[in-house]
Amino acid sequence: MPDSTAPDQAEPNQAAPVDGLANEAGASATLQSTFSVSARPGPAVLVLEDGRRFVGRSFGSEGQTLGEIVFATGMTGYQETLTDPSYAGQIVLMTAPHIGNTGMNDEDMESRQIWVAGFIVREPARIASNFRATRTLDDDLEASGVVGISGIDTRAITRHIRSAGAMKSGIFSGDLFGLSDSEQLERVLAGAAMRGRNLSFEVSTVEPFSIPAQGERIGSVAVLDLGVKTSTLSYLAERGFEVLVLPQSVTAEHVLSLKPSALFFSNGPGDPAASDAHVTLLQEVLRAGIPYFGICFGNQLLGRALGFRTYKLPFGHRGINQPVLDKTTGRVEITSQNHGFAVDMPIEGIHESRAGFGRVEVSHYSLNDQVVEGIRCLDINAFSVQYHPEAAAGPHDANHLFDRFRDVVLAAQSAVAGETK
Amino acid sequence: MPKRDDINSVLVIGSGPIVIGQACEFDYSGTQACRVLREEGVRVILVNSNPATIMTDPDFADATYIEPITAEILETIIAKERPDAILPTLGGQTALNAAIQLHERGILEKYDVELIGASFDAINKGEDRMIFKQLVLDAGAGVARSFIARTVEEAVGYAEDLGYPLVVRPSFTMGGLGSGFAYTEVELRRIVTDGLHHSPTTEVLLEESILGWKEYELEMMRDTADNTVVVCSIENVDPVGVHTGDSITVAPALTLTDREFQHLRDISIDIIRAVGVDTGGCNIQFAINPADGRVIVIEMNPRVSRSSALASKATGFPIAKIAAKLAIGYRLDEIPNDITGVTPASFEPTLDYVVVKVPRFAFEKFPAADQRLTTTMKSVGEAMAIGRSFASALQKALRSLEKRGSSFHWGDETRTVDELLAAAEIPTDGRIVTVQQALRRGATIEQVFDATKIDPWFLDQIVLINEIAEQVKAADRLDRDVMILAKDHGFSDAQIGELRGFGEADVRTVRHILGVRPVFKTVDTCAGEFPALTPYHYSSYDDETEVVASDRRKVVILGSGPNRIGQGVEFDYSCVHASFALSEAGYETIMINCNPETVSTDYDTSDRLYFEPLTLEDVLEVINAESQSGELVGVVVQLGGQTALSLARGLEAAGIPILGTTPDAIDLAEERGLFSKILDDAGLLAPRNGTAIDFAGAVVVAEEIGYPVLVRPSYVLGGRGMEIVYDSPSLADYFTRMSGQGIIGAGHPLLVDRFLDDAIEIDVDAIYDGHELYIGGVMEHIEEAGIHSGDSSCTLPPVTLGRAEIDRVRDATLGIARGIGVKGLLNVQFAIGAGVLYVLEANPRASRTVPFVAKALGITLAKAAALIMVGTTIAELKAEGKLPLIDGSRVPIESPVAVKEAVLPFNRFRTPEGLVVDSILGPEMRSTGEVMGIDGDFPRAFGKSQLAAYGGIPLSGTVFVSVSDRDKRAIILPMLRLQQLGYEIAATIGTAEVLQRNGIRARVVTKFSEKTGEDDVSIVELIRREEIQIVINTPGGSTARADGYEIRAAAVAGDLPLFTTIAELSAAVASVDSIRDGFEVTSLQEYATARTALL
Repeated sequence: MPDSTAPDQAEPNQAAPVDGLANEAGASATLQSTFSVSARPGPAVLVLEDGRRFVGRSFGSEGQTLGEIVFATGMTGYQETLTDPSYAGQIVLMTAPHIGNTGMNDEDMESRQIWVAGFIVREPARIASNFRATRTLDDDLEASGVVGISGIDTRAITRHIRSAGAMKSGIFSGDLFGLSDSEQLERVLAGAAMRGRNLSFEVSTVEPFSIPAQGERIGSVAVLDLGVKTSTLSYLAERGFEVLVLPQSVTAEHVLSLKPSALFFSNGPGDPAASDAHVTLLQEVLRAGIPYFGICFGNQLLGRALGFRTYKLPFGHRGINQPVLDKTTGRVEITSQNHGFAVDMPIEGIHESRAGFGRVEVSHYSLNDQVVEGIRCLDINAFSVQYHPEAAAGPHDANHLFDRFRDVVLAAQSAVAGETK
Repeated sequence: MPKRDDINSVLVIGSGPIVIGQACEFDYSGTQACRVLREEGVRVILVNSNPATIMTDPDFADATYIEPITAEILETIIAKERPDAILPTLGGQTALNAAIQLHERGILEKYDVELIGASFDAINKGEDRMIFKQLVLDAGAGVARSFIARTVEEAVGYAEDLGYPLVVRPSFTMGGLGSGFAYTEVELRRIVTDGLHHSPTTEVLLEESILGWKEYELEMMRDTADNTVVVCSIENVDPVGVHTGDSITVAPALTLTDREFQHLRDISIDIIRAVGVDTGGCNIQFAINPADGRVIVIEMNPRVSRSSALASKATGFPIAKIAAKLAIGYRLDEIPNDITGVTPASFEPTLDYVVVKVPRFAFEKFPAADQRLTTTMKSVGEAMAIGRSFASALQKALRSLEKRGSSFHWGDETRTVDELLAAAEIPTDGRIVTVQQALRRGATIEQVFDATKIDPWFLDQIVLINEIAEQVKAADRLDRDVMILAKDHGFSDAQIGELRGFGEADVRTVRHILGVRPVFKTVDTCAGEFPALTPYHYSSYDDETEVVASDRRKVVILGSGPNRIGQGVEFDYSCVHASFALSEAGYETIMINCNPETVSTDYDTSDRLYFEPLTLEDVLEVINAESQSGELVGVVVQLGGQTALSLARGLEAAGIPILGTTPDAIDLAEERGLFSKILDDAGLLAPRNGTAIDFAGAVVVAEEIGYPVLVRPSYVLGGRGMEIVYDSPSLADYFTRMSGQGIIGAGHPLLVDRFLDDAIEIDVDAIYDGHELYIGGVMEHIEEAGIHSGDSSCTLPPVTLGRAEIDRVRDATLGIARGIGVKGLLNVQFAIGAGVLYVLEANPRASRTVPFVAKALGITLAKAAALIMVGTTIAELKAEGKLPLIDGSRVPIESPVAVKEAVLPFNRFRTPEGLVVDSILGPEMRSTGEVMGIDGDFPRAFGKSQLAAYGGIPLSGTVFVSVSDRDKRAIILPMLRLQQLGYEIAATIGTAEVLQRNGIRARVVTKFSEKTGEDDVSIVELIRREEIQIVINTPGGSTARADGYEIRAAAVAGDLPLFTTIAELSAAVASVDSIRDGFEVTSLQEYATARTALL
C-alpha cells in the first residue's frame, strides 16, 4: 500500500523557508509498486505484423491489445505521453529504459485519461519517488486497463521499426500469452491499420465546453477538439482567449454562429487523409476570414484545406529533442513532436493554394529529415505547426507561437476595426 | 553564420598539471579543440605546461609551447606568435583565470587579440558570485541566501544571520578548493581563513545550507544565433553536501518529471543568455528540495568542465569539439552530428541507456587526511559505465574502480543495521556499499533515506540488486534464467561465484555453456532513431548486438582505467599513441577503457571503442565479440599501466594472443628471485636485500644489510607502505603501524633493501625488439634516491652524469631487456651510489615518463613500441623515419634541457581536526600530476618547471631554513648564494649556528615546540604572518619530526614554496638568476627543426 507522506505542494513562486535542511521539511513521497523480484509478473509477448516476437514480462493490465507500434524517444514525460490523445490506437515503446520513476500525479495529465493502446518499457519502476506523486504508473495502467510489456530489448525493436517502418502489433499476456504464435499473429494482422483511419471521434469531447480567458479577454477562440491537450487549452486561455472547445463533429455553420475571434485545430490521432469533413469545415471558416492556428493534426488539415496532400512517414517523429528551423527567424527550436503523417509541400519557395487561399509557404522544417514542420499563409491569417508548442512533455522553445497567434488575432481585429471606421 | 574569416590563428590555453579537480578531461577537450581548429584551417598555437598530455603532441598544433601558464609567459608567446584570438574555455579554471589576467593587464588590448569561446564579460558574470546571484534572481530562479565576506570577522557576523551549518565558497577557485561546511564558529574561522587565501579576489561566499537536497547539472551549448541546447542532464546520487566530482552521478537525470526538468531547462536557458555565453558551452548546477521541489541554482561554469567531458562520453555529443567550432563562428545547425552524419548538432541527445560515474579516491596515500566527503573535491579519478539499466551501470561502474571492496558484496557483515546507518550518514569513499549492506541487513528505504538523503528510487534499485543476489543464492541451480537475471542487473561472474560458492572462472564456464553472453549496443545520441556511423559500444544482456562484422586485422588496446595516483594521463597517452600508430599501419584498433576523462575514450581515437570495465570478464567478452569476424592479431597490455598488465595472465590462459613482452617475461621482472638471476647473468647489482615476515626477522635482515633500509610490503602498487627506516626503533614503529592490515606475513613477506643514501637515481625508458635496444631517454632525478620516482623532479638529458656513466646505464638496460625478453617498452630505475651502479627495479611496460621523453627529445616511444609488438623492428622504424637515427642516450650538447616537476595535492587534504596533512616526500608516490620546463640549460628549465608547478620561487624576501644534521653540510653553499642574491635568512638555532659560523647571517627563530609564551613568536606564527616567503625543512630524527610537521603544515597552508630536499633547493637557487632575467619561449616544433638541422 502506498505510504504517501506527500506534503501539500508549495506555491511555485513562494520563497520557501530559509532553513535549507530537507529532513526538517519532510520526506519525499515514495510509493511502492505492486511487484518485486520475488513476485514477478507473468510472461507477455509482443508480436509484430512481420511475425517478429519478443517475450518479456507483463506490465500494467493483462490481456490483449492491438495497435500501431511506434517509439517515443523522450527521457522525461511518460505521463504526458500516455495521456496525449494523439497516441490513441498506438502501442507506444519508450526508448528511455527507466519509466515510472516519478509515479503519476494530477497536474501532469494532458487529458482525462490514458490513450495509448499498449505500453512497452524496458525497466518499469518498482517505486515512485517524487514530491508530487499521488499514485504509481502501475496503478494507472491497471486502472485504465492498458496492457503493457516490459523486460524486452526495446532498442532492438526501435531499430527494427526504424528500418521496417511503423507497423501493426499486439501484446498478449495472461491467458492469451498461451495462444499459438500463428493465432496471435492472425489477431495482429486483423487489427486496424493506421493509414486511412479516422480516430477523432474516439478522442474528442462529446459536449462543448469553455474555459474563461485569463487576464484581459481579447476575444474567443473556437477549438476543434481532435484530441486536444490540457496544456494547449491553458496556454490559449493565458493569452487572453476565451476558449470554446467543440466536439470534432461540429459543423462550420455552428462554428461561425459562435462568432469566434479565431479558430484553432488541435493535435490528434489518425490519418489526415481520412478527415475530409474537418478539411471542409476549415475551408469554410477560412473563407469567412477568421484567423487560424493549428497544431500537429491541425497542421496537416490546414495543408489539406489549402489543397496539398499528406503522406505517412516511415516511422514518424516522436520525441522531445527534435530540431526545427523557423525560416522566419533563422533560429532552431528544440521541439516536442508526435506525428506519423506530414504535409507534402516543397520546403523552399512560395506556393499557390490550389483551393484558392492565395500564397503559402513552409515556415518551419525538420533539420533531421527536412519534413515540413509548419506552414504559413501569406494572404490570409492562417498558420500552423506540425510540432507541439505546448510541449508537455518537452522543451518550451516554441511556446512563443501562442503569442504569435494572439498577435495575429489582435492585428486582424484592429484591421477589421480600421475598416469599419 | 558560417566560420569567421577574420580568425586565422588561435592561441589555445591548456589546463596545466593534473591536480585534484582538474584532470585529464581537459586534455580530452583541448585535444578535440586543437584537432577541430586545424581541420578548419586555423593555425593553432597551444600552451600547456603538462607534458603528459596528448594535446601537447606536436602533431596537434602548429606551435606547441610547453611553458608555464602565467600572464608573463603568455604575453611572450602572444608577442611572438601574434594570434588573432585566444580560446580559454577548454583549459579549465587555469585557462580561464589566465585569460582574466591577460584582460586585466591590458595584454589582449595591446596585441589586439580577441577572447573567443566566452567574453571577459561572460566569464566575469559566471564567476563573480554576487553578479551571478542577481542574474539568477532576474531569471526568476532561486538562490541560496548568501553574503560575501572579505574578512573572517565579517564572516562570523553574517553567520549569525544565516545560522549553522553554512557553506563557505571562495570566489574564482576550481574543484571547490577551500570550500566547505562550517558547523561551528571555530570551523567557520578556519575555513574562511583558508578560503580567503585561496581566492584570487580574497572573497568568500557564505551561504545557507542546502545539505541533503537533490543535486543536478545541465550541460548547455549556445551559438551566436541564440540557438541553445541541453546536451545532457546529470543527477547526483549523493545529494548536496558532496562535491559533484566526488559524487556518484547518473545520466540522464532519473528522478525528475518532465515539468521539473523543463523548469530547470528554462532557467538554464535564461541564465546562459543573461551571462552571454554565445559561442560555446556551460554547465549549471541545481539543488532541488526533495520535499517541495524548490529549486536553487548553485553555480555555473562558462566553459567546458569535467562534467562536459562526462556528458560528452555519456551522450556521444562531443561538447569540446562543438564548442571550438562555435568559437570560430559556426552555428549549431551548421555543424553535423558526427554520429549520425545526417542530423545537425542543434538537437538534444536522448539516451536509451543509463550512465553511472563513480569517483576514485586515494586516501590510502594520505592516512592522516579527513576522509569525509565535503564540497572540496578529493577524488583523483573516476570510472564511468554504461548499461541498459541503472542497476547494471552502477555495478559495472563500481567494478571499474578496480579497488577491493568497491563492489557490492554479500559476504559476512558484522555491523548491525544501526551501525551501518550511522556509518552511511557520513559521506565517505565507499558509502554506497555501506548503504547496500544496510539495506541487505534489513534497513528500510525510509531509514536509509533519512540517514543519507539519497533518493528512494536509487535506494530501491539497490534493494533490487540485493533481491536478485538472494535469488541467485537461493536458486536450486544456476540455470539460464537465473544467469540472465543476474547478468542483466550487472552482476559480474565473480559476484555470482561469491554467491554460489565457487570461482569466477567456473561461473564463466557455466555461463558460456548456457550461452549467456552480452551483446554490444551503440551510443548514438538519438536512442536508435537514426543509424549510427560511429562504433562506440557498451555491453548489455539484451537480444541484439550491433557490432558490425569486419574482415580486417584487429588489435585490442587495453586502457588504464580510472586515474589514480601513480597511474594517470601518462598511460592514456601511450594507449592513444599506440592506437594512432597501429591504425596508420593498417590495423583496425579496438580500445577498451572505462575512464571518461581520457582521449582514449573519445570515439574518434580508435576504430572502435568499447566503454567497459577493465576486468578479465569484461575484456574477454569484448574480445569474443570482436573475434566473430576478421583476424584478432592480439591484445596490447603493456601500455595501460598495472591495470592492463594484470590482465595479461588471464587473457593468455584464455588463449588470447598477448602482443609484445610475454606474461612469462613480465613475471621475470616482477618476481624478485627470477629478477636477481637476470641481474646476476648480466653482471649487474641490486642493493643488498632480504625478506622477513615479522619484526624479529626484519631486524636481523636490516642489521645484516646495514641501516638505512628501504622497507615495503610485497604485492603493493605505487609505493604503498614503502618507507625508509634508519634504525631498529623506527622499524618497530613501522611494524606497529602496519600491523592488523594483513599486508605483511607468510606469503606476503616484507621486502627489505639497503637504502642508498646520497645516491643519484636514474630512470631509463627504452624499447627493445629482441635484437636491438633503443633508449628513449636517460633521466636524472634531482632528489636523491628514496623519493618515489613519480614525486621526484628529473632532468632530461641528465646534467651531472658523465658519458661513461651513461654508457654503463645503456649496457645495463640492454642486459636487462635481453634477460627479461622484452618486446616493446622497458623502464628501468637505477641508482649510482659511490660510483657503483645499482638496479632498483625494471618494468617491462609503459612508464609515466614516456610522454615526457617524447616532448623533451621528440622520440615517440609508445608509437614505436606498438609497432614493435606487431613485428616491426627498430631498424625498420629508423629507416621509415619513425625513430630518430640516434637514440636518446646521447643528446647533442646544443640540445635543450627539459625538467619534469611533480605537483602534489597536499593543500587539498586536512586532518579531521582541520590541520594540513604532512608534506614530506618519500618512497610512496603522492603527486597527481607533473609539469615540464624546457629551455637552453638546466637552471632556466628548472626555473620554468617551478614557475609552472606552483608559481615559482619568490625573487626576494625571507628564507626560513631548518634542516636535519645530515643536511647541515650541504646547506651552506645554497644559503650563501641566496644571501648573495639578496634574500634575508631565518633559521632555527641549530641550523643558524652552522650558517653563522660559515659566514651567513641568519636570524634565529624559535621552534614551535620551544615556544616560551604568547610573546615568543615561533616560526609557525611567522609563516602565518606572511613574514616568510620560502621554507626549507628536511625531516630529521623523531623529536625534530613534530616541529618539522608544524613548519611544513604552515607552509602548505600558506601556499609557500617548500623544499624538503637539499637537491631540489640547490636547483632552485641556481634558477633564480634566470627567473629574474625573464624567460624566452620556444615551441616544440622549433626544437624539432633545430634537432633535424643538427643531424
